[in-house]
Amino acid sequence: MRDIGLYIHFPFCLRKCNYCDFFSYQGMEEWISPYVDALCKELREWKEKLVDYRVKTIYIGGGTPTLVPAELTARVLDLCRIIFYVKDDAEITIEANPGTISREKLSVLKSSGINRLSMGLQAWQERHLKTLGRLHRSEDFIRSVDSARDAGIDNINADVMFGLPGQTIDEWLETLYRVCMLGMEHISMYSLKVEEGTLFYTWLRQGKINLPTQEEDRLMYYKGRNFLHQHGLEQYEISNFAVSGRECIHNLIYWNNEEYIGCGSGAHSYFNKERFSNHRDIKSYVEAVMTGTSRIEYRELVDETNERFETIMLGLRLVRGIDKEGFVRRFGRDIYHYYGDAVEKLIGKELLVDDGRYIRLTNRGMDVQNSVLLEFLD
Amino acid sequence: MPKLRQQRIRNFCIIAHIDHGKSTLADRLLEMTGTLSEREMDAQVLDTMELERERGITIKAKAVRLVYKYEDGEEYILNLIDTPGHVDFTYEVSRSLAACEGALLVVDASQGIQAQTLANLYLAIEHNLEIIPVINKIDLPGARPDWVKKQIEEVIGLDAEDAPLISAKNGIGIEAVLRSIIERIPPPAGSDEAPLRALIFDSFYDNYRGVIPYIRVKEGTIKPGDRIMIMSNGKEFEVTDVGVFRPFLTPVEELRAGDVGYIAAGIKSVRDTRVGDTITYAGKPASEALPGYKNLQPMVYCGIYPAEGAKYEDLREALEKLQLNDASLVFEPETSVALGFGFRCGFLGLLHMEIVQERLEREYGLDLVTTAPSVIYRVMKSNGEMVEVSNPTNLPPPVEMEYIEEPRVNVQIISPNEYVGAIMELCQERRGEYKHMEYIESTRVLITYEMPLNEIIYDFFDALKSRTRGYASFDYEYIGYKKADLVKLDILLNGEVVDALSTIVHREKAYAKGRAIAQKLKEVIPRQLFEIPIQAAIGNKIIARETVKALRKDVLAKCYGGDVTRKKKLLEKQKEGKKRMRQIGSVEVPQEAFMAVLKIN
Repeated sequence: MRDIGLYIHFPFCLRKCNYCDFFSYQGMEEWISPYVDALCKELREWKEKLVDYRVKTIYIGGGTPTLVPAELTARVLDLCRIIFYVKDDAEITIEANPGTISREKLSVLKSSGINRLSMGLQAWQERHLKTLGRLHRSEDFIRSVDSARDAGIDNINADVMFGLPGQTIDEWLETLYRVCMLGMEHISMYSLKVEEGTLFYTWLRQGKINLPTQEEDRLMYYKGRNFLHQHGLEQYEISNFAVSGRECIHNLIYWNNEEYIGCGSGAHSYFNKERFSNHRDIKSYVEAVMTGTSRIEYRELVDETNERFETIMLGLRLVRGIDKEGFVRRFGRDIYHYYGDAVEKLIGKELLVDDGRYIRLTNRGMDVQNSVLLEFLD
Repeated sequence: MPKLRQQRIRNFCIIAHIDHGKSTLADRLLEMTGTLSEREMDAQVLDTMELERERGITIKAKAVRLVYKYEDGEEYILNLIDTPGHVDFTYEVSRSLAACEGALLVVDASQGIQAQTLANLYLAIEHNLEIIPVINKIDLPGARPDWVKKQIEEVIGLDAEDAPLISAKNGIGIEAVLRSIIERIPPPAGSDEAPLRALIFDSFYDNYRGVIPYIRVKEGTIKPGDRIMIMSNGKEFEVTDVGVFRPFLTPVEELRAGDVGYIAAGIKSVRDTRVGDTITYAGKPASEALPGYKNLQPMVYCGIYPAEGAKYEDLREALEKLQLNDASLVFEPETSVALGFGFRCGFLGLLHMEIVQERLEREYGLDLVTTAPSVIYRVMKSNGEMVEVSNPTNLPPPVEMEYIEEPRVNVQIISPNEYVGAIMELCQERRGEYKHMEYIESTRVLITYEMPLNEIIYDFFDALKSRTRGYASFDYEYIGYKKADLVKLDILLNGEVVDALSTIVHREKAYAKGRAIAQKLKEVIPRQLFEIPIQAAIGNKIIARETVKALRKDVLAKCYGGDVTRKKKLLEKQKEGKKRMRQIGSVEVPQEAFMAVLKIN
């Protein structure tokens, strides 16, 4: 039996954030019920294919999954347990926005198996939340964390961002401080990336917002990293920090380039040497599933060259780096056999280190991971 | 009756400033004479090249034969010879004029005479052409036909009283133009019986028949089967075909004195039948060639490189094909440390250069990197040897040079008088030497400066237009070489000289230019893993320095919910971008960097 991760996507949002280019939609609430029906149908279709698999993680992401009534979410999770072999100690995460989860809701979710909560706080200060287009306030976050603890959820992540327009170092450190004071088990700290097609992109082009320079961005990153380290959260990935033993198992599946399936609109799967994704559009997705036509929007066969590259690309995100023996087990030969020149060159430039067991990025390498990866391409 | 035949021929051209309506008038003439049906009229027939139409200028001369029934009941043959409208092609214009007996001077009723018009007009007067002023765009709100008439009389001394007032666009007054052509332009002279002398005024390359020269028969007769000789080089060919332009090539039995047409004779290279040359009989040659032939030499050079090294052969093929039709384009292979294999290409002028570059990119789909244009410098070496340098990299070291000479031109600018100050300032900045200024009417002046060619080859015209809000027009002619205090300005990236960025500049301007280039490069060179010093240097002396800071952040934060493909695609795109850059030492330089340097002044 092999292990696999299951991602479930809920694409609904009360309001789309100004920086968000993810496949989430506002004002589609009347589609929740048909969507969940379609989702359940899609899950059932996976049943046969997963007979030899054990589901070790379930990750319900969005959108704002907590907009979906907890009973429906519970129904989906119950179904998963009926049709798949979900491990008893599986990590089952749901994403939530502060203010969208009541104590009662959390209790229902908890009893349906949810044991990890990931909350999008992004920033502590009112003015940043407003610019970002977030609907919550920092008090909502405090209340939601309290409710989660009351409901017995002992594994909580907070997403926070730095490099926001006009954000000072002090504001950034305040955000981290507040979050740490609430006793998070896990923190993801992201540098804001302005994607094409978002409101932020327009504002940036119109000069309405300014982004920090590379130097300022890195300063926030270094300071944030040190701060979390001092507060007992160890970095295990470029953007992720956790109390020992609370690393996100689901995300580790991605970084270890292992298999996962994604259900729901726009969800991505990596299964049986193939990467594919569902229709992003809610209606197209529901229709395709219900009528039994193809729900696939994109499909790509991953040949061995690509698989090797992806293993490097994802593995180098981990602080630990790429497990050299694991690499040999997977591809038959040493990493130097395939990428000797690139690895030597990058070690020479002090962007990579080889500690015998792992090949990993140096601190400098982490700042310029893309440049490092380009050396491994073709 | 040959006499009668010649009496019914008129050979003429149209002189006009850009946008004054030359092509539109030509279209109307074609339409009125039924040369083309309305259905066949694709707007502005004579400008067939896409590029020409877009730029609104005529690059290569062409000809068309109109048949018009005049009020005396006779059918007249009117040969309209189109002329290129730009200063780079003055010589070609003069050869087209030499094929005519008259010219229509088309002037915009609201703008009046412009410098380029004047230059071509003087050329026409030199060739003793009968000039018929035509005032166009009289239906536009700003039209001032009386003012223009007065201007024509005052400035050129031509009687404009009877000038047809027309709107080519709306077909007003076209008949009057046709009548004036017949009434005022003299018919051609020249005997059919004399030894053949035919002037080549243009040519094009046909894939099946080789070079097709466009000719004006001055004396004699030419027909298929004739054995002909090109007088400047003695090359002989046998005529397979002669014909006229209706407007498509239409074979006829023979061309006689006074006729305009084409010949086909299995000619392989446009270099054998250059514009201005004379065609005669091989067996019974004329005693002398027609006057005015010049073997044109390129004035401006630049390096042209394929953006991707692998396209070198494609670039060579494309240049060879362009050369089939363009006797003035020269090129030879050249190697640059920075840019790899490419070609040093010579052009008649800047417009010619731009046209060739655009055609290579557009018609041949090539991505190019071009180096800053350069003129040809003459270098007197210490050993007494004089060498010509068209690539700054090849300039000998200072210790081996006695002096450098640069080509100079006479620049004529016509402008409303309120911009005189701005124009003089510009010309002084460009090392111009003031020669002369005269009022050609109460509010317009003609300013003459002698200037180094290298100061006007890049953006002089743009600068002139912006400082005079587009009202000034200019023209230049080459006058000769003169010593100047010139130095080679090198650019160093990470301590290494980048040959493709070297330029030759006047010593006094070297500092400012060096600083400007360094600043510009700092903008266009992306941050890399290490800090990159950019330096400008004269010899071993660094005169400017900038730094591209090291890349601090190049990492994606998100993992996009398992969307690994997206991240991989982003990396692949980044890799593509990197591939398009030029690796110079350890520095990656984007193609734009080489272009950016051109835009500094």
